[in-house]
Amino acid sequence: MVSRLIALLAVTAALLLPVAAFADETSSPSPSPSESAPAGEQVGDGTAIGVTLSNASETTEEGTPEPIPGVTLTVTTPDGEEVGEAVTDAEGKANIPLEMAGTYTVTLDEDTLPDGTELDSSTRTELEVKIVIGGRPTFVAFPIGVQAAETTGFAQKLVDSIVSGIRFGLIVALAALGLSLIFGATGLTNFAHGELITMGGVVTYWFNRDAGLPVIAAGAATVVVSALFGYAQDKVLWRPLRRRGTGLIAMMIVSIGFALFLRSIWQYTFGGQTKTLDAYTTQARKSYGPIHLADKEIAIILVSIVVITIVCVAMMKTRLGKAMRAVSDNPALSASSGMRVDSVISNAWILGTALTGLSGVLLAVNSQVSFQNGSRMLLLVFAAVTLGGLGTIWGALFGSMVIGIVVEVGPTFGVPSSIKEVGALVVLILILLIRPQGILGRRERIG
Amino acid sequence: MDFLDILRTALQQALGPTAIVYALAAIGLNVHFGYTGLLNFGQSGFMAVGAYGLAVSVVVADLPFWVGIFFAFLAPLVLAIILGLPTLRLRADYLAIATIASSEVLRLIFGSVEMKDTFGGSNGLTGYSSAYKDLNPYSGGLDWGFISYRRDDLWNITVGWILVALCCLVVWALMRSPWGRVLRSIREDEDAVRSLGKNVFAYKMQALVLGGMIGGLAGLYFALKQSSVVPTDYNTNLTFLAYTALLIGGAARVLGPVVGAVIFWFLLSGLGEFFSQMTRGTDPILPSWLMDQTQSSLVRFILTGLALMLLMIYRPQGIFGDRREIAIDGR
Repeated sequence: MVSRLIALLAVTAALLLPVAAFADETSSPSPSPSESAPAGEQVGDGTAIGVTLSNASETTEEGTPEPIPGVTLTVTTPDGEEVGEAVTDAEGKANIPLEMAGTYTVTLDEDTLPDGTELDSSTRTELEVKIVIGGRPTFVAFPIGVQAAETTGFAQKLVDSIVSGIRFGLIVALAALGLSLIFGATGLTNFAHGELITMGGVVTYWFNRDAGLPVIAAGAATVVVSALFGYAQDKVLWRPLRRRGTGLIAMMIVSIGFALFLRSIWQYTFGGQTKTLDAYTTQARKSYGPIHLADKEIAIILVSIVVITIVCVAMMKTRLGKAMRAVSDNPALSASSGMRVDSVISNAWILGTALTGLSGVLLAVNSQVSFQNGSRMLLLVFAAVTLGGLGTIWGALFGSMVIGIVVEVGPTFGVPSSIKEVGALVVLILILLIRPQGILGRRERIG
Repeated sequence: MDFLDILRTALQQALGPTAIVYALAAIGLNVHFGYTGLLNFGQSGFMAVGAYGLAVSVVVADLPFWVGIFFAFLAPLVLAIILGLPTLRLRADYLAIATIASSEVLRLIFGSVEMKDTFGGSNGLTGYSSAYKDLNPYSGGLDWGFISYRRDDLWNITVGWILVALCCLVVWALMRSPWGRVLRSIREDEDAVRSLGKNVFAYKMQALVLGGMIGGLAGLYFALKQSSVVPTDYNTNLTFLAYTALLIGGAARVLGPVVGAVIFWFLLSGLGEFFSQMTRGTDPILPSWLMDQTQSSLVRFILTGLALMLLMIYRPQGIFGDRREIAIDGR
């Protein structure tokens, strides 16, 4: 059904002629080094990465490979900072001017490949390029497998996006549950929550790549580490603050300081690049009737559903769950009824951080690992809990599913895919206007 | 290791254009957080719309420079109203959530491929600042031996400190007026103010707009001094750093954010230079397995995060503040 084709993505990094030549500078990068720095400020000293993207298996009449136009390529530094972006033109060529020499990563945005073209599951969309100014032009070429996908109809696209919305929503739901548990127990909106998601991915990567554990074991170990981190975090930071009687607003500012602290530590230790785990990075999707899912996606969905169900049942049935709900309802009354509020809060931090860590693990398996994984998710998590109602378990679940689906279905209805998160913000603002306590929230929480 | 060099860099930066950007952003935050008790975690969003307000209207819409300046003030005003309307009646977290979320979304929109024609994608926009540069009256740079500024920077610094002074003057005048007293009483006890018949929502909205527009001015100035607007500059770290600057100097003080920004930027660039020197060269002082050149630029942000936490815990009033003024709690 799917015919395999081979395409060639040739990346040439070279010193190009000064600015004026950029428009025409295409296939053969000029080896002549530029003598004077060009005038444009953005361009630096005229260095650029030239990319030619073509489908080697489909040739034009002249016998040259068929170019692939309209594909977005992004260049990032090892710090993960985007330094350039270009879209391939009718000849499949793109130039990305750079400011200085160094090692860069060229990333191909799969979503922008033309309909009917899809990257083979065994290839990566990223390539590292080293640019040496003054040296010989560096030519790098690497093959990318492309498989012709059937051009899908609108109904199929809709089904696909709903399914991926549910999958993504479940990942968001784990993090949102974590946030809600912590909020419920302490009243604190934790702005460092995104960094806890990042921790899940980063620690999994370390366990997997550096300690050599298989991905599944690494994920399980990460959840344990997250739980420990949750305990330590409460013990070292938040409990002393509660003892001091620090106000919630002050604690929120402490949490942004903590976010900056953790984010910089992840960037310091993990690096700015986007990395992949050693297994399950790409898997071909199988068909189950109208639904297409890869094995790892099924695993992600199952793991999240099972964990969420266990947590919800535990919250409803067990002693600890009842205690948590009681503390979240009225801490003073729970304390006077003889409950140890501090240990309940500590448990909420442990459980909440573990769930959030698991969300980070699944996100890492689902896509890739980067120190920014969490900060991009944070917006969605906030939108989800606000939509469902801050501090409510069912609200967090419901809100996450809605946000997941809104975000993933958006592109089917013409929302640009690189900013599909906008849908979540719109939902957030609307719900605050119409029903600020959230769909399942209660009035007294909003102030 | 050259401590004189570190000191020079730090001092030069502390009075330079970047410190001014943080001073302006922190003055805006001071109106929000210090005086009114509003938690704006998305000051970078206000700065971004200010900067893009100018850049888009001049570069893309081809309007005159001064019209661009007008839009740079209009855009944060509109953003403040959009964010304030749903959240200002609610508890403080909701404004914080809405602002931090919108600042991230704005950054994604400004950097998106699909809107490259309007916002320039991740490369941003350039070529709007010639009118500003042409106003430069200086013929040469400034060289005091120890610190020196190029001609452009001298002009940036002059304009910047004038703007900071004007903003401080405005804040000072407003906060000693009856209007400012109402803001401060809203911070202390919203219900009491409401019971005296004041429209708390309207006052909060005015404060949000004022602080947001000062934030927009910070973005505008950032865009002018940099001659380019790039979306990655406006990430949430910018907001967090501005909060640190504000808390160092002391919230709810007119000059707090300014002094805070100068000290903060002095320390930040000093630390940056220090760790950069520690890791420089073929045989760096710090072993490369511990810290390399890329990592050396991150240490200061780790320390900033730590400093922000410790400041808020142990000395929320900063250097000049009054502890009673910053004992904000509640909504």
